[in-house]
Amino acid sequence: MRYVEIFRVALRALITHRLRSALTMLGIIIGLAAVICLVSLGRGVQASIQGEIESMGANVLAVQPGDPMMAFFGPSDTTISTGFLTLEDTQAIADKVSAVDLVCPAVTTFNRINFGSESSASFVVGTTPEYVELRNLSLADGVFITRQDLDGRRDVIVLGSRIAESLFDETDPVGEFVKIGRYKFKVVGVLGSVGARGMLNEDDMALAPITTVQSRLSMRRTTGGERVVDEVWLRVVDESRMDEAREEITDILRQRHRIADGEDNDFVIMSMEQITETVAQVTGMLTLFLGSIAAISLLVGGIGIMNIMLVSVRERTREIGIRRAVGAKRRDILMQFLTEAALLSLSGGAIGLLAGWGLSMGLSRVLSSQAMLVQAVVGLDIVLLALSVSIGIGLFFGIYPAARAARLDPIEALRYE
Amino acid sequence: MGQVEVHALRGVSFQVQRGEMLAIMGPSGSGKSTLMNIIGCLDRPTSGSYRLEGMEISALNDNRLAEIRSRKIGFVFQIFNLLSRTSAVANVELPLLYSGAPHRRKRALEMLERVGLSARAHHHPSELSGGEQQRVAIARALANNPSIILADEPTGNLDSRAGQEVMALFDQLNRDEGITLVIVTHERDIARHCQRSVQLRDGRIVGDESSPQGGTASGPQGMPE
Repeated sequence: MRYVEIFRVALRALITHRLRSALTMLGIIIGLAAVICLVSLGRGVQASIQGEIESMGANVLAVQPGDPMMAFFGPSDTTISTGFLTLEDTQAIADKVSAVDLVCPAVTTFNRINFGSESSASFVVGTTPEYVELRNLSLADGVFITRQDLDGRRDVIVLGSRIAESLFDETDPVGEFVKIGRYKFKVVGVLGSVGARGMLNEDDMALAPITTVQSRLSMRRTTGGERVVDEVWLRVVDESRMDEAREEITDILRQRHRIADGEDNDFVIMSMEQITETVAQVTGMLTLFLGSIAAISLLVGGIGIMNIMLVSVRERTREIGIRRAVGAKRRDILMQFLTEAALLSLSGGAIGLLAGWGLSMGLSRVLSSQAMLVQAVVGLDIVLLALSVSIGIGLFFGIYPAARAARLDPIEALRYE
Repeated sequence: MGQVEVHALRGVSFQVQRGEMLAIMGPSGSGKSTLMNIIGCLDRPTSGSYRLEGMEISALNDNRLAEIRSRKIGFVFQIFNLLSRTSAVANVELPLLYSGAPHRRKRALEMLERVGLSARAHHHPSELSGGEQQRVAIARALANNPSIILADEPTGNLDSRAGQEVMALFDQLNRDEGITLVIVTHERDIARHCQRSVQLRDGRIVGDESSPQGGTASGPQGMPE
């Protein structure tokens, strides 16, 4: 029997039992959607981090308080217990470490920025004038935060290009006042668009003097009542002096934080590579976790297919007998049921693929609107992999029912009521 | 459950000539079904020999049996055994599908025309009367131009008029086209239609009589024993 015919028979059988087929596919659909979502978002994150590193350069170090994992996820806005960094620490590093030519502290808050009836939820980063150079930013309009803004704790703000667009339709933002909570900030500049780079994209950020953010927006204090800094970015003069810089910073901070010999640091110094590794570890764990859920779903889906195929073989025993009587070989019967199982699973896979695709696009849109630029990437390789995995599941779980159908004795099958 | 050896048939030996119309008669339990399954190449005799057109069937494997069924046997069943979800013409196409014949749709339509059902080709079995369904089954049996048409109680599920129509169709196929027919039945009327009837009881042949019309014998065809 030609394969086209086998395919047609299988398709007809599935269409006849539409609801049953759909329900059977569900496990595969969910499993594959999860896998697709996972892989494409994972790749998006990967690309984002890559972009982050490229925008910073390999000679940048980040000093963060406490434990690296906690630093990565960001402390909550209560008192930090495991350690802290302050502007004084930052100043000390800037003054004493010769291998460092740029020091830039940052405090990040998440706020709603309002202008008239428009509003935008975004990260407001408190920082210093060095930020522009560190991140290679340009200004589309106005000026950046100045030393005077910093010292005077002025309520000024520089908007990312996308925020500026969403808040100010036609009007020139520079010189206008936006509201964050009950505070009014004067817009002094608008950043040029940086495009897709990094998880935290400046297009969706607003920048203000760190002193202002510390006193107005960030309520976090050390146990001693000092205002905290979330992280300090440092640019080392040359990549070859990274270790030297690290050692000096460690010495200074240990001394300033009065850490006794033999005790652990209450801060971490990470290079971009280390940050990448940390992120990769976290995403790897997530991928493993979600991946095993997806695998279980696929397994359950496969068992569902096997179950329904066994039912189908039983129901169609007489049909099998008739086909055998008019000349079907065991192989023909085997192929017919195997094709049916594979087709069932493949259809589920295709639907799951589309669902996963849609889901990952939706999620990346949500993430991007939260100022985290993650663009999900669904590549041809994922599509092919997903489809072949689903066919494989159909074949694997379909072989037993199909073999049972093929083994039926035609005489008994014809007698079956 | 112990294994009990049952001799459904023993010492059965007869020949069917090409172009013959033969009835196999006997009460239930006489071994009719077993004999029919062997003639129809669905089953093999435990011992003995069955030759179809000179070919020894009893030693063939499952695949070869399927091929023989596909090319040389046409089945007609008491309960029609059509696939309920497919049209009449698709049912007739079924054997052609497995024999790999070309122009299947055209040939299937020709077969339906032969049994006078062209007009009902695209109806599903549930939309056809019993007699019509049985005619579709006959068209299906004819599709691969078989050596034998094997009918198992072909009128058993039909009213007498439809039964007569089916028998008339068999007569016509046998007389005009020289098709070899083996009909398993317990109805005397049906047996009288045939040139010859073989009586079975307890797995043995107890009678083999030819009716006056006589057959157009032309060489041996089957011989299970």
